[in-house]
Formats: sequence, structure tokens, C-alpha cells
Amino acid sequence: MTFKRPTRAGWAALAIAALCIAGFVDSAFAEDAAPAAAPVPNKGDVAWMLTSSALVLMMSIPGLALFYGGLVRTKNMASVLTQVFAIVSMIGVTWTIYGYSLAFGDGGSMTPWIGGFSKAFLHGVDANSTAATFSNGVVIPELAYFVFQMTFAMITPALIVGAFAERIKFSAVMLFILLWSTLIYYPIAHWVWYVAAPDDVAAAAKALAAATDAAAKTAAQAKLDEVTSSVGWLAGAGALDFAGGTVVHINAGIAGLVGALIIGKRTGYGKDLMAPHSLTMTMIGAALLWVGWFGFNAGSNLEANGTTALAFVNTMVATAGAALSWLLTEWIVKGKPSLLGICSGAVAGLVAVTPASGYAGPIGALVLGLIVSPICLFFVSTVKNALGYDDALDVFGVHCVGGIVGALGTGILVNPALGGVGITDYANITGNNAGTYDLVTQMIAQGKAVLATLLWSGIGSAILYKVVDLIVGLRPTIEQEREGLDISEHGERAYNM
Amino acid sequence: MKIVMAIIKPFKLEEVRDALTAIGVHGLTVTEVKGYGRQKGHTEIYRGAEYAVSFLPKIKIEVAVATDQVDKTIEAITSAAKTGQIGDGKIFVINLDHAVRIRTGEADAAAL
Repeated sequence: MTFKRPTRAGWAALAIAALCIAGFVDSAFAEDAAPAAAPVPNKGDVAWMLTSSALVLMMSIPGLALFYGGLVRTKNMASVLTQVFAIVSMIGVTWTIYGYSLAFGDGGSMTPWIGGFSKAFLHGVDANSTAATFSNGVVIPELAYFVFQMTFAMITPALIVGAFAERIKFSAVMLFILLWSTLIYYPIAHWVWYVAAPDDVAAAAKALAAATDAAAKTAAQAKLDEVTSSVGWLAGAGALDFAGGTVVHINAGIAGLVGALIIGKRTGYGKDLMAPHSLTMTMIGAALLWVGWFGFNAGSNLEANGTTALAFVNTMVATAGAALSWLLTEWIVKGKPSLLGICSGAVAGLVAVTPASGYAGPIGALVLGLIVSPICLFFVSTVKNALGYDDALDVFGVHCVGGIVGALGTGILVNPALGGVGITDYANITGNNAGTYDLVTQMIAQGKAVLATLLWSGIGSAILYKVVDLIVGLRPTIEQEREGLDISEHGERAYNM
Repeated sequence: MKIVMAIIKPFKLEEVRDALTAIGVHGLTVTEVKGYGRQKGHTEIYRGAEYAVSFLPKIKIEVAVATDQVDKTIEAITSAAKTGQIGDGKIFVINLDHAVRIRTGEADAAAL
């Protein structure tokens, strides 16, 4: 058996459903229909998903590693590169052993909250297993789905390290990320993205719509309730998150802020010069992130079709808009247009469009991009300085704030009146209100997902930092920090020249 | 013998070297340094972090010359390194007790 993420091709599914209902299928027939032959993955979809997986890996290494690395001082460059590389490798192992099962397995009675261990060690997952996509009856190899989702599990914890860069022990990073990915990331990914059998949900919804008398309606509703109980609770609540605004960015961003607060400021913060050591590296990293993000967002459609192109285009225009608006805002407010500004804007735009990429229209995505940068800039300069926390590389200000703007913006921009794709059968599973859109209902669902993520990740991370502090200690000594983590933690330098 | 030490603007190095060569000075030590005098630094802004950078990059040259060459040397450096703007640098002259050429063992004036 396979499990899947809620699918996206709602209008197409609706059209098919309408044809079926109008034409020749009654509710009894739908209930009794003989099972069709198992769908076979399309070669184009398989190629696209494996390509996307490789692109998302490239976002982490070298993309994110260089983006972050360029922003620290020379003496800590190797430490940041090592942390990102090591996190990617560690998650590659834990995701295979148990992470995939916790995030996308069947949790039995616990299914709304967490998957179980039924797929631990990839039990039952082989080259012939399939995973559903957002189009009913279209599948991809489960191994492709497994590795695509793995790359998301890799980059999310790697995002956190920017918040406490330059002042944390390597052992603390590894232990914290091991615990965080297990207890925070895998559950939240499950809440938002786990839908046991989207095709069954669609079929049950069709049957309900076609039911003509009270008895048939009751039976169809019971069937629908049964299949929709096997979904993550936020997916069931109707929250829209196409590629990970809540799961990835708000989640990592708040964990980073909590870390920056608990670990404390870098020694000499506010006094010493802590300018980025290489904006060249940062620009290369930001550009690699942008390219890789096409795999992240367009790949999140799980197949290669028109919605994939929509997500791709949204990723392009929102990012361009956000890069430009950060540059212009900075130019107006601070007097000079900066390279770090345009790179930061691009990342903020990528973050904001992530949840919206398959739901908004291109103009909606462009507006989202133009809006997100000034908000993030306000947080990384005014708010950060006013509150005095040392979120070294602005994980909170860019990823959490940008993620919230994106998550809430998605609830608005999905509106067909604004060029969005509207609510689809899998986008509001338990509500069964495909084709309808209500701003208030949708914003409540989006707000619920944002708040749940902030609370679970914020509080959970605080506990985990304290646990790690007790076991291995979070901070190196001040002397080690002054010497630089490259030498004191890793015994090497990034640069010998 | 004297050491003439000059702190100059980095982009003036080639002109200074040419001027010194023209008056027969063959040998020069150059160091990249940072410092400040009357020239103010500048402000760098990285997102929300603003840094006042008060140490500016300069070039320090050191040249050992016979005492009777000092004035000519100072004149050559001054004319080559001067822009008329704040930040052109300074020249310091220091007594030199002894000099040895490592390859031959020649000493003092012969070693310069």
C-alpha cells in the first residue's frame, strides 16, 4: 500500500467527476465498481521527480552551505560548511531507517499525529511500490517519492544552523538536529502532508455528490468520513502548503530563533566587526538556491504537468520580484543597493512563494514576492536590533517571517478571483468543498497551521536545546569561539593562504 | 643610512615604484596594512548590522637608502603619491645602524 500527499489537480479531477456523474455512473455503480488495473508510473513524471530530488539536494549542498558560509567570518567558514554537509548526510541515514515511516507511514489510531514504524528500514517499499500524486489515478514510484521527501528533510534542519552560527559545538549541532528532525520535523511533515489514499477520498467525495436519496447520502458520508480520518490533522483542517512554507520555513525559522535566544549572542556581538567574509560565496549560494528551488516547488507537484509549470513560473516571478523589492527598499531606506540585499530578497521570495507555488497565479505570486521583502527587511534590521537577539544569519527574519507571509498569502492568493487555482478536492479533504472558496474559512485554516507549527517547533525546540545543553553542552568556551570553530572544533581551516 | 618608511594609497604603489627607480633606488619592501589618520573610515551595512570601519587599507613601503639620498627619496615618493586629498599618507625616516647582503656578506653602503 502506498500513501500520498494531497493532490493538486483538482479542477481536472472535478471535470472528470462531473463527466462521470452526468454520464453514466450512479452512486451504486461507483461503490461497486470493479477495481481498475493498477496505474503505472509515467516515464516523464519519474524523470522529473528524480531530477527534482537532485535539484533539492543541490540547494543544501553546496547552495545553502555557501549562502550561509559566505556570511560568517573566515575563521568559522569550515564549521558552517561541515555542519550543513553533516546534517544532510545524517538525515539521509535516519530518513531511510525510520524518518520516512514516521512522516509518511500509517500511524494506526495515531495517524492524525504521526506515522508509525510500518515502513521502518523501507519495509515493503521496493521498485514496484507506487505513491499517489495530486491527479487521481496518476502514480510515481514510491522510491522517487521517498527520495524527494528525503531532500526536504535534509534541508529543513540545515536551515536552522544559520541562527546559532559561529558559536555552537559541532556535537551539539548533531545531537540537536537528530532529536529535532525526529520529534519536530517528521511529525509536522506528517500533519500537513500525509493523506493515506487521496484517490479513495476523491472517489468517496464523488459518491457523496452523486448520492440521490438520504440513505445513499448517509452511506456515502460515512465512507468519506472513514477515508478522511486517515490524514494528517492539518491536511484534514484544510491548510494549504504546497511545498513547505509551514513544514520547512516557519518550522526551521522559529527553531532558529529559539536557539539564538537560548544559546546567546556571539562573543563580541555589537562590538566586533562581524561582516560577511565573502559575499561572492553568498551570491553563488543564493543563485544555487534559486535554481534548486525549481525542484523544491515545481517538484512538489509530484508529476510533470501544467500545475508543475505554474509552480515553476511562480517560483521564478515571485523571486525576481522579491529580489528587486529588497534592493529598492534598501536603496531608498539605507541609501545604497547591496548585493547581500538582493540575495536576501531572492531567498525571502523563494520562501514566501513556497506554500503558494501551486495555488497562486503568476501575478499573485509576483505581488507576494514584492511584498515579502520589505517585511523581512524590517524584521532583520529594525525588529532584530530593537530586541537585541543574535540570529546570526537571519533564519527567523527571512525563513520564519517570510514563511508566515507566504502561508497567509497562500490563503488569499488561492482565490480564483485573484488568479489562484481555487480549492480542490484534495486541498480541502474533510470539508469536501472543492470548487468553493471562502476567505475567512481559508485564513482560519492557514492560521491554524502557522500557529501549530510555531508552538510545536518553538516549545519543542526550547526543550531539545536544554536537553542537548545537559548532555554535551551547547557552547564552546570563549577562547575556542574567539579562535574560531574551524580550528577549535574541526582542526582545520577553510582557507590556507 | 636611513630607512624611509611611507604609508601611501594602494593605487599609488606603481607610480611610487617608478619614481624611486628613476632616482636609482633599486629595492623596496611593500606591506599591505590598515590604519587611519585624518581620513575618516566608512560605514558598511549588512542587512541590519551597521559597522563603522575606521581602519582603511593602505600600502606601507620601506626603502633603505644612504643618508645623502634621503631628500631625493622623500621628494620622489611625495610627488608620486600625492593626490592632494586627505588620506595621501605619511613618510617617516628612521636611522639605520647596519645592513648586510645575505648572498655576499657585503655590509652597509655596499649592501644597499
